[in-house]
Amino acid sequence: MMKRRQEPKTQRISNRRSPNRSRGGDAIIYLMLAATAVLMVYPLVFALAASLKPLDELFRFPPRLLPVNPTFDNFADLVVTMGQSWVPFGRYLSNTVLITVVGTAGHLLVASMAAFVLAKYDFPLSKTFFRLVVVALMFSGYVTGIPNYLVLTRLGLVDTAWSVILPAFAAPIGLFLMKQFMEGIPMALLESAKVDGASEMRIFLQIVMPNVKPAWMTLIIFSVQGLWNARAQTVIYSEAKKTLTYALQQIQLGGIARVGQAAAVTVIMMLVPITIFIFSQTQILETMASSGIKE
Amino acid sequence: MGKYLALKRRNLETARYKARQMWVCYLFLLPFATLFITFYILPMVTSIRYSFTYYNILEAPRYIGLANYINLILQDDIFLISVKNTFIIAVITGPVGYILSFLFAWFINELPRWLRSLAVVIFYAPSIAGNAYFIFSIIFRGDVYGYLNSFLVRVGIINAPILWLTDPRYMMPVVVLVLLWMSMGTGFLAFVAGLKGVDQAQYEAGYVDGVRNRWQELYYITLPNMRPMLLFGAVMSITAAFSVADQTMALCGFPSTDYAAHTVVTHLFDYGYTRFDMGYASAIATLLFLTMILTNNLIQRLLRRVGT
Repeated sequence: MMKRRQEPKTQRISNRRSPNRSRGGDAIIYLMLAATAVLMVYPLVFALAASLKPLDELFRFPPRLLPVNPTFDNFADLVVTMGQSWVPFGRYLSNTVLITVVGTAGHLLVASMAAFVLAKYDFPLSKTFFRLVVVALMFSGYVTGIPNYLVLTRLGLVDTAWSVILPAFAAPIGLFLMKQFMEGIPMALLESAKVDGASEMRIFLQIVMPNVKPAWMTLIIFSVQGLWNARAQTVIYSEAKKTLTYALQQIQLGGIARVGQAAAVTVIMMLVPITIFIFSQTQILETMASSGIKE
Repeated sequence: MGKYLALKRRNLETARYKARQMWVCYLFLLPFATLFITFYILPMVTSIRYSFTYYNILEAPRYIGLANYINLILQDDIFLISVKNTFIIAVITGPVGYILSFLFAWFINELPRWLRSLAVVIFYAPSIAGNAYFIFSIIFRGDVYGYLNSFLVRVGIINAPILWLTDPRYMMPVVVLVLLWMSMGTGFLAFVAGLKGVDQAQYEAGYVDGVRNRWQELYYITLPNMRPMLLFGAVMSITAAFSVADQTMALCGFPSTDYAAHTVVTHLFDYGYTRFDMGYASAIATLLFLTMILTNNLIQRLLRRVGT
């Protein structure tokens, strides 16, 4: 930490919230953010608007962004279609929930443990291994599809939820993210815990993890987003084991008659990642205000 | 003599302690390493091996040496087009997207609390919405039902609709635009989380030590603190910028007119899944992989100098 002159802190804070900010600069930045935000939010508004349009408005010319007579018909139709599916629709939902929850929880634990030792200790092959993880992010997923399938067959995992869950545990992006964040934790903190007789597992669970909460909230977002949208039709082919995304996409592909339902599907699929996202964002904001560990 | 023995014993103890420490490290790493090697490294190595074979998925791979690579570089004109397109896309969307995501994350970080959450959600929206880029295929539709065409015709700027997504003149600009719009992704979110972790006391100390405006603060305090996330964001940007394919296929079709929006990964997809020449596709993947590693090394070296 840089040297700090003895200065009554409370006094300065009461003067102004942030000392190095000009009001003009703030204004320009706010304007820019607002303008960009309008562009960015467009897809969400569009998706939502489309799902609320009655059939005649979906094909209207000239096209309008917002529905004139918003209705929930599309969602109601979707429920009817779902009710007619060969496998009860709840099955698809529970399959996806299982994959998402187990996959994300396991990924968080497995990747964080590995990231912890890679970030804070130096042992033979640690650097090489980490480099391998980063490099693995860059290999095109299209060509590894077939070798990956062969590996899953050899392990007898094809057509089980594990064929999606187990690879998700070791997704390189999670380890990379966690390691980058854990590097910021001062070594002195870990050593003092060590002197006090804490085991590595305890240091990991009680010191390291609480201090990188923004990191694992971010990891959860990435993981949920990926797994919730997993189609997995190449590795899971029993109808009763298929995922929600896959089933909903079948409805979506129903052609022109299902344009309204397709829009409803898009909204429903977005809801879970967005909810998780909003939840974890507020969590990040709350936790970090109180963290005082930086040395 | 007694002293010497005591010293020896202590050395032995530290050695034993270190060995134990090492084992704990390996134990922590073990679950990830096992799964990672099985599901990521093994398929990757197999793919690289396929790149030296003729492999049509039905028959066993047949070793053909470097033939795939030689064909790719010397004979495949379409590959060269795809390389050109990929480089244009990567050079524009990579750096611009990366810098924009950092700047926006940084700006957002200074908003009042309640606004901050909302802003992060809005900026990340294109990424959450999954395949939201499909709405651009409605905006840029070639007939007058497209939002942009219908607007331009009504206003009177054009009197016939423009084929935004099928006319080679417009395809690349449209693709680049959509990609920029989508660039607040993985890196952006990591930056937002990282900025929250920067110790506030450092800013106060900086103020006392003579930091006078936000840009100085950014360069001397924020950026050095953010270096690990900057490295992470760079890798993510490089990977995303070089493997563009889904978006061009969704927008401009596959294959696109005159291959004007053909990228390296589209080419790979073409050979792997329409022509069933996995060996050739693997060769493309391997070359792309090497390019990305090279770029990554360059960028990492650059980023190491930031803020020093």
